[in-house]
Amino acid sequence: MSVEGRTTETPADEPSARTWTGKSRQWLLRRLPPEKLLPDDQPSYVASWIYVFGIGAIASFVFVILSGIVLSLNGPLWYHVSVLGHFVNSTHLWSVELFFITMVIHLWGKYWMAAWRGGRALTWITGVVSFAVSIVAAFTGYLLQTNFDSQWIAFQAKDALNAVGIGAWFNVADLGQIFMWHITLMPLAVAAVVVLHVILVRMHGVVPPLDAAESDAQLRSTTPSLIDTEGDAR
Amino acid sequence: MSGRSTPRRNDDALAHRPWRGTLREYDLFKELTVGVVVVGVLVLGLSAVFGSPDDRSITLRSWATSAPADFVATATAELGGTSDLASYGPPYNRTPDATQTIGAIDLQSLSGVRIPIDTAKDFVIGPLTTLPARPAALSVWSASTDKQRTAWTTAYSDALSKAPKNDPTRVGKGAYGPVPALTTALLNMARTGALDGVLSTKNSFFNLDYSRSILFLGDGTYFSGLASSLHLTGDQWGVMNETGNYPGQSWLWLFSFWYQVEPFKSAPNADLLVVSLMLLLTLALTLVPFIPGLRSLPRWIPVHRLIWRDYYRRR
Repeated sequence: MSVEGRTTETPADEPSARTWTGKSRQWLLRRLPPEKLLPDDQPSYVASWIYVFGIGAIASFVFVILSGIVLSLNGPLWYHVSVLGHFVNSTHLWSVELFFITMVIHLWGKYWMAAWRGGRALTWITGVVSFAVSIVAAFTGYLLQTNFDSQWIAFQAKDALNAVGIGAWFNVADLGQIFMWHITLMPLAVAAVVVLHVILVRMHGVVPPLDAAESDAQLRSTTPSLIDTEGDAR
Repeated sequence: MSGRSTPRRNDDALAHRPWRGTLREYDLFKELTVGVVVVGVLVLGLSAVFGSPDDRSITLRSWATSAPADFVATATAELGGTSDLASYGPPYNRTPDATQTIGAIDLQSLSGVRIPIDTAKDFVIGPLTTLPARPAALSVWSASTDKQRTAWTTAYSDALSKAPKNDPTRVGKGAYGPVPALTTALLNMARTGALDGVLSTKNSFFNLDYSRSILFLGDGTYFSGLASSLHLTGDQWGVMNETGNYPGQSWLWLFSFWYQVEPFKSAPNADLLVVSLMLLLTLALTLVPFIPGLRSLPRWIPVHRLIWRDYYRRR
């Protein structure tokens, strides 16, 4: 495994750490060395438009957060009475729509690539969890519109939540509760899962093509520097 | 089959170890920057061209003003304990056999009554007691028995349903006790806007909880009628829709879909069934890497041949 391969790459002159902090640093560097975290090359098979949608989802999330911060600074009623506020609200809406569009295409792409292969199951799982958490985050946003749509969604959605016994604690008609969920808990949750997902992608690398074999031309003509790296690792 | 098993093993071994083949230059920060610029242009463009919907919220005042007959009929039902909310069950009240269940599984009852609502007291009698000039009918109501109250509200509800256009001012004579006076007083209170404040403030200066106002609105037909005209009701794909011609929460399509088809559509426990099914499907999606068949579909349906066509062409 790649992780095992990297284990022996820890500088030989660095003594084994004895403190928690030192051990943590060495563990992190073994699992995610800088060249994996911020790579400047990728396997030659990483050449398809499908790879664009993961970064597209992250870019959309940046705009979701930025527009959300502006809306938060001015309060949930601002966009009803301000032209600028309404425009910022529109950017929040459309960045959310693009976030979901790109995320769903990314998810389907990864499914057809069977991207969980090679010990990447947790990467897939965190991806699906980020999708599910994002749905809850968006749902709280729709409840926070303070207009007719949010009134109706609150009235209608309570039945599903009450039926499974959580409506008493997650009260969709309680604006204060939903406000806090939407601007603090859910963004933190989405960001945390997305960061974990990206770290896992960097740790394990991009999954190779299905049915790839050692006899493939791309593997026969290997890069000398990479051979050296692997040679050093051994 | 042996013909398939060999490449699978090679494939898995390759996926497990670091890539030792050809590389291409890749600039993570540049890709992220380009992504942010492209998405930024799209966001600003879509926002400028399409904007966002913002249909004004309704109030108890606008309800009482626009649909007084519906308001009075709903207030009568709240007073008599015959509204949907009065018989809802947890978390609002204890109504026997009102919860949604699957066999012996009754999740709705687990929370108990954590948001207690007595529809007569909270929606009608309580608000009327806050008026500077309390209606005399309040004393009559307070002094009466439950049996008498039920008889009055039932008679008045029947009379309202038979009146031309359900108009409270055109109801025939009958033994309605203080009910018409109470509901009319509440209607007048709502028309001034006072009821909006009283229902939501709960005797506190600050207000962030609109549960009672929304639940009261929901018991009438005015609210759902407006929602229906905007294609927002459950049988119109419900919560995934947005007011106006906007995409809304399209990612909830599958959740909304189940409500449109049998056996969910007509099931009394449809919410519990649909939520349970969606939780199961989400769990299945999460665990796809471990589910035989589902995890093999990408091998059987060769979409990957399109994704990695350059790789396969040059292999």
